[in-house]
Amino acid sequence: MEAGIVSYGAYVPRYRITPEEIGRVWGVDGVAMGQGLNVHRKSVPAPDEDTITISTEALRIALVRGGINPQEIGALYVGSESHPYAVKPTATVVAQAIGATPNLTAADFEFACKAGTAAIQSCLGLVASGMIKYGVAIGSDTSQGAPGDALEYSASAGGAAFVIGRDRVIAYIRHTLSYTTDTPDFWRREGQRYPSHGGRFTGEPAYFRHVTECARAMFDRAGTEPKDYAHVVFHQPNGKFPQRVGKQLGFTDAQMRYGLVTPYIGNTYSGAALIGLANVLDVAQPGQRVLVVGYGSGAGSDAFDLETTDELARFDHSYGLPVQEFLDNGVELPYAVYAKFRGKINMAEE
Amino acid sequence: MSIARFWRESPRRYNLGGSQCAVCSTVYFPPRSVCPSCANHRRSIGKMEPFTLSGDGEVVTFSVIHDAAEGFEMQVPYVLAIVKTTEGPMLTGQVVDVAPGDVAIGLKVRATFRKLREEGRAGVIHYGYKFAPMDEWHSGPRRTRDPEPSPVPPESARA
Repeated sequence: MEAGIVSYGAYVPRYRITPEEIGRVWGVDGVAMGQGLNVHRKSVPAPDEDTITISTEALRIALVRGGINPQEIGALYVGSESHPYAVKPTATVVAQAIGATPNLTAADFEFACKAGTAAIQSCLGLVASGMIKYGVAIGSDTSQGAPGDALEYSASAGGAAFVIGRDRVIAYIRHTLSYTTDTPDFWRREGQRYPSHGGRFTGEPAYFRHVTECARAMFDRAGTEPKDYAHVVFHQPNGKFPQRVGKQLGFTDAQMRYGLVTPYIGNTYSGAALIGLANVLDVAQPGQRVLVVGYGSGAGSDAFDLETTDELARFDHSYGLPVQEFLDNGVELPYAVYAKFRGKINMAEE
Repeated sequence: MSIARFWRESPRRYNLGGSQCAVCSTVYFPPRSVCPSCANHRRSIGKMEPFTLSGDGEVVTFSVIHDAAEGFEMQVPYVLAIVKTTEGPMLTGQVVDVAPGDVAIGLKVRATFRKLREEGRAGVIHYGYKFAPMDEWHSGPRRTRDPEPSPVPPESARA
């Protein structure tokens, strides 16, 4: 496939909360919880941020870096499980906010945490077939865990936007494939505020099976093995699962280093694997191979076999924050302010 | 605010779409159809071109709001500022991602895209520009064509 990533941008809100602070409120040893999950801080969106604003910020960075004319974008897809509207597409607001309307197709994707990688596959098909010049795929979320639930220690906010095209490609997508089954490990019913999950069932039959099967299918398809990849990015619901699945597949810590961002910003759901990929592209050298394996509950995995090009050396990273800045910085909130920001406090009826 | 009114204003609120007089080059926000700066106003008629502001500017003056407007209760105390953009027009907007005590006259800011307000829990959500402090990562030139080759950034110092 002679198409791939032309530009990218990531955005993570400014605020953070620690597992220790969350545990303090619920009478749990938050430090141990954080160590168990390998999540040391998670990002928290400001009250005026949501999936639409996060997506727009990430995409604006990508457009400036790539020098992309928004009117040349033929498709814009936003993958999220926290679209602000149940009916009214996030993608329409984002397209308008970057000046891409009206001559493009736009839609919202939902597949738990892998809606963003599914959007990349859709864009790739449209671009590789010559139907459009540029496609935009965004994975972005302001995910929530129920107060006191294990998810609350990791569910965070952030997103990344990728422009897919055929010219000035910084990383070709050489192969992509998916692995999909009906596995009820995590869900949220219509009208429910917080998701439900199957506890330990989210591990072995869900995350680990799909990610390993999908990665192995990719090795077969691409004729590769783990040592061929300079970097690997897995979906990262916490900091522990991706490390374990990486070891099972035969990857080293060095290969996983830049793709793992959840320990510093939490699980950004649809944004998680994509922010990891953005961090990899911030530091990758031309001619390196990168494996990305996303995962979405319900369940499925999307794998991408990427190869960076000489164009990456000429790519202008200077506009917009590198992912490392989001990992290192942030303003920590006490639980009460976090609860207010996330709408967890019942206010008087208007 | 009615849905239709906000929708009509979305090019301004989303993208800082103003106008520029082709005769004297003065930039206006919100857009104008006649240039009041031109000595002969009539010469500008039909010559006002669409112009998108960069969103960069500096704080001219500001207030820290403690008694919130409706819909802003969650953000108290917040900063409302008049920002002079680099292209000239002055805009009123909220300054976010900063402690109120760190805002000062002359603070360099950039436009950011945020939720402005919601029409209750079931109503429409309004989006638009706010301002955030300028940082080194947003102050560079905006690319419009192929740049000169630049070196790949050094490996980060993460331990």
